Amino acid sequence: MDFMVFQYPMISVQACLDGVLLGILFALIAYGMALQWGVMNIINIAQGDLVILGGYIAYFMYLYGIHPAWGVIVAPVVMYFVGIAIYKLVINKVVDRDLFISILATFGISILFMQLMNFAFGADVVLANSDYGTTMLFNNNVVLPNSKIFSAFISILFAVCLVIYMKKSKLGRAIRATAQNARAAKILGVDTEKVYAATFGINAALCGVAGALISITFTIHPYMGLPYTIRSFMIVIVAGLGNLPGVAMSGMGLGVFEEFADYILGTEFRIGSVFLLLVLILVYRRFKLSRKREYLK
Amino acid sequence: MRLNKIILSFISALAILFSTSVVSFAKVVGDKIVLGAAISLTGKYSSNGVHTQNGYNMAVDRINSMGGVKVGGKTYKFDIIYYDDESNPKRAAQLAERLISQDGVEFMLGPYSSGLTKAIAPVTEKYGVPMVEANGASRSLFTKGYKYLFAVLAPANLYLDVAIDLAVEKNNGKGVTVAMAFEQDAFSQDVRLGVLDAIKRTGSKKVIDDKLPKELNDMAATLVKVKQMKPDVLVVSGHTKGALTAIRQISEMKVDVPMLAMTHCDAAKLSKQHGKNSQYALCASQWHKTLTYKDDFFKDGMTYDADFTKEFGYAPPYQAAESSAALLVFKDAFERANSFDQKKVRDALAATNMQTFYGNIKFAEGGQNVDKPMVLFQVMCDDAGKCENKVVAPTKWASAKLIHPIPSWSKR
Repeated sequence: MDFMVFQYPMISVQACLDGVLLGILFALIAYGMALQWGVMNIINIAQGDLVILGGYIAYFMYLYGIHPAWGVIVAPVVMYFVGIAIYKLVINKVVDRDLFISILATFGISILFMQLMNFAFGADVVLANSDYGTTMLFNNNVVLPNSKIFSAFISILFAVCLVIYMKKSKLGRAIRATAQNARAAKILGVDTEKVYAATFGINAALCGVAGALISITFTIHPYMGLPYTIRSFMIVIVAGLGNLPGVAMSGMGLGVFEEFADYILGTEFRIGSVFLLLVLILVYRRFKLSRKREYLK
Repeated sequence: MRLNKIILSFISALAILFSTSVVSFAKVVGDKIVLGAAISLTGKYSSNGVHTQNGYNMAVDRINSMGGVKVGGKTYKFDIIYYDDESNPKRAAQLAERLISQDGVEFMLGPYSSGLTKAIAPVTEKYGVPMVEANGASRSLFTKGYKYLFAVLAPANLYLDVAIDLAVEKNNGKGVTVAMAFEQDAFSQDVRLGVLDAIKRTGSKKVIDDKLPKELNDMAATLVKVKQMKPDVLVVSGHTKGALTAIRQISEMKVDVPMLAMTHCDAAKLSKQHGKNSQYALCASQWHKTLTYKDDFFKDGMTYDADFTKEFGYAPPYQAAESSAALLVFKDAFERANSFDQKKVRDALAATNMQTFYGNIKFAEGGQNVDKPMVLFQVMCDDAGKCENKVVAPTKWASAKLIHPIPSWSKR
């Protein structure tokens, strides 16, 4: 245990800011997951691998001399079609089945993607340099890489656009209707098959954006997807489905929690503490649910 | 039905292929000495696995074309059976078992990484198969009392203790403050133990001791602590991911530290991926092309570098060089044993005392090479942003002068 973070107030400020910026990025991935979980009732284990694939798109643009920030435009477009393809090949066969089958299916997709990426791009750890520089705050005591600020800004931008799209557009309304009651939506003329495909595509596109941002901010590697899946799963569990402000808040909360866990418990427990928190939250939710059930009785 | 038939005939064809290949391979057939190796050609170690394989192949071709191995008045050529261990220790152990008991291999070359070598060593030991390995540096490999394991490389605990010595030397012999960040895997933790020894030996003090998890790609928290504590040396070891993450975040967060020492810089292609931001980083390396060791097959490091680049299209990282050296060691041992008896070859290996382009090789009781010091190079860039690795320590091999302390970010 190390309480340095409380001894120096500037470290606390740094940890909070780092956590919030990181959390916004997590929230974007989680939002995609919440969307397709809500609409299709599928927990996508391959979420993190879609993120990494998006990261590789930005990395390859960088490799060919294009600034990787353009990846946030190209990656979602490519990933949208990847998402549609995955839906047509696999997901549409499991969408009405029980949760266990779809988890197995997406777990399979995750393994396949990991191996394919490893095969195609190699096992090297790579990154894309944005050369965005650094912002210094509070007399140089707090440093924020501009790439992190950029990531958070783009994430918010995409999230806001998506919310507006879901509210105003025809497809957005159809998606929301299907989420509420797929059968009723179908009777009223919504092509749910199309809605499912589009939802999965949108989720993949969001992963693509997040991946491009991660390649600019951190590093990417074919086997690095799972921690992103776990984080987004957790954020969705805490926030609930279809609750965007909740997803954003719990994303930032998780980011800050991770940073403080890192300072206090040590870096080695950072990811571990996320898993621990997940278990605690699941237990708590179960506890709460069972009480509710008793009440209903 | 038809599909079933096709699948069935495909499987039987494969079975026939495998059964014939098992018959055709054996220890020493005709004029061939068959060595076995499980290598990570797929999975997370695949890039370094390929470097290892290229290093082995380069040496096999070179030795065969320059007269082969002379045993009992007859000339033999090397041949290697490779299997892909998928970067998976369990698979590696199975494949070692298969190489020895099915394919009849009597001599083995090592896989890539300490973890996989650890998985294979008990198998080769059980069957009494001599194994020369070039890519497992973990100290725990050499404390188990293995009799048939020989490593041409220096053990992991020697990787970065040179850096602490160097920092103390620059501090007029007085102890320094050290911040450490090491991944939690066998290799990096061994590097850490070496650094701890050096800290104790030189009367230095550790101020930060962070352990990085395997999935980590963010070490901002450690670096914030470094900014606060202002240590004299920052030591980082976490394979290529650690090296890349450290440089990215040190440059972005403008962390000023007089000395930064790391491992895996050339595997991470640090100067290529990070350019000028990686400047002044000190990197531990098993080998560098400018070292002046010599042998009859590859001449010296510069020639090896040029020949390898010509053949494989990229400059050899030290993983390739040490793999090539493993075959030179085998050749030397076979000729001195003048026999293919496993015990005799083992004893000849234990008595090895030779120089290769990669360095001097002499094995200690535990099997590690004790005659080859690690070198430290520093990334140095010119104004155009072209970066090069130059050896700065030990002084005997230095081709450039150490730049110390590292200029602060505000002055770069």
